[in-house]
Amino acid sequence: MDVFLQTLVAGVLKGGLYALIGIGMTLIMGVMGIINLAHGQLMMLAMYVTFVLNTMGVDPYFSLFVAMPLLFLLGVGLQKFLLNPLIKADTILPENQVLMTVGIGMALTEIVRFGFTSDYKYITTTYSNETFFLGKISFSMALTIAFGIAIAFTVAMFFFLIKTDLGRSIRATAQDKDAATLMGVNTGRITVITFGLGSALVAAAGCLLAPVYYIFPDLGGPFTAKAFIITILGGLGSTVGAIFGGVTLGLAESMGATYFGMEYEDIIGLTIFVLVLLFLPGGFKRLTKV
Amino acid sequence: MLKVSGIDVFYGDLQVLWDVSFEVRDNEILVLVGANGAGKSTTLKTISGLLKPRKGTIEFGGVRLDELSPDKVIGEGVVHVPEARRLFREMTVEENLIMGSLSPEARKKRAQTMEWVYELFPRMKERRKQAAGTLSGGEQQMAAIGRGLMALPKVLMFDEPSLGLAPILVQDVFEIVKRINKEGVTVLLVEQNVRQTLAMCDRAYVLENGRVVLEGTGKDLMNDAHVKEAYLGI
Repeated sequence: MDVFLQTLVAGVLKGGLYALIGIGMTLIMGVMGIINLAHGQLMMLAMYVTFVLNTMGVDPYFSLFVAMPLLFLLGVGLQKFLLNPLIKADTILPENQVLMTVGIGMALTEIVRFGFTSDYKYITTTYSNETFFLGKISFSMALTIAFGIAIAFTVAMFFFLIKTDLGRSIRATAQDKDAATLMGVNTGRITVITFGLGSALVAAAGCLLAPVYYIFPDLGGPFTAKAFIITILGGLGSTVGAIFGGVTLGLAESMGATYFGMEYEDIIGLTIFVLVLLFLPGGFKRLTKV
Repeated sequence: MLKVSGIDVFYGDLQVLWDVSFEVRDNEILVLVGANGAGKSTTLKTISGLLKPRKGTIEFGGVRLDELSPDKVIGEGVVHVPEARRLFREMTVEENLIMGSLSPEARKKRAQTMEWVYELFPRMKERRKQAAGTLSGGEQQMAAIGRGLMALPKVLMFDEPSLGLAPILVQDVFEIVKRINKEGVTVLLVEQNVRQTLAMCDRAYVLENGRVVLEGTGKDLMNDAHVKEAYLGI
């Protein structure tokens, strides 16, 4: 029983971070109708920002305040100068935007490799390996703090999407772009802001993950895949679904690691993914309707 | 007065409007009638800035609308209730109404205007927390009109508001259009439902194959031999 609870806790904590990664991806998916295949690479970049700041003595959690605005601006620039010009060309298929994100991901990886080599980097903080106990269940200090911050960002994001005109305009653009234009929404500007927001959110996940993970240029790919799975699990474009998707993947991975062995972690996650595709093709969105 | 002068509009290389001119006088109900594909919706889309004319001008209160982006056109008080309603289906009725009031002017009076819309459509007040996609067709049309009113329009353009509605609801919708007109809003109505709209309008233009072929008061057109034969089946 204790093992089960311990696994559950570990899975949920991880799931909170995954949700943060997934929400950024699903926002971009909803508004632009494309899968951002550079999502994990953007996170990797934020982890390197955290790493560099850490060598200067800045705590990873404080580097949120640097990495998020920086990645927001980068996302804005990418959408404005690399992705939006592709929409305007009539003859080009929307798939070309997805190909562009693949290119962006590759470029980011190689630029970082150029600057930092492929070596694994670590950020060690006083709390990196610290744990505390509730009953017999141990909680990783770093992951618990990360989970709390991830929840705070998620709640803030919901508040923003539901209560502000800009947030409503983002949702409206995702639901019906032409109608949004008729309401006076500048949908071009909305795509730019959305890509910026998605990048900032995944940057937050990167900062939070940095103290407990290796940092290397190629970690972007696997995380892009995870973000993709979370988004599909949740139902493309659904924010609430992305949270469910994130927690499901987190739980599946940690259950797999405990009951089948560490090397099965990803296999279990992918099995769940395939099962959802087979039996619930619309993702969790089909169940929640949001 | 909204004045459309000699506009040519294209979809890519395909010309859909040829030298279309008409004017909407203050406080009237003006109807553009015509068959499917005559260019009615295209005309409205051009006025609201979604399409740009290659030739000709659109003027409202001394401002050239054809040079403005859609959000600026709304700011001038010319508002478009689109065909097939186009509500934000996963947003609540109230959120849809809010989306109608994004211009700075309309934003300031948002709460007030919403009260007015709820007075016009008490049903919308009952349903305000419901997702727009779950409303019936008639309710959706009311929500779409309400959303248009939220922008504080001087001219409200309706694109086929009777589309897909039961005959009894069509009556209701046209009653609402008349009521909104009485509240001081100029109405530009696009319809295939020729008989009913000619009966309720002040003036009308007939569009055929992207050209204006006839104009006159509703009564005149109802007695016109061509209109009788082509649209009224008499």
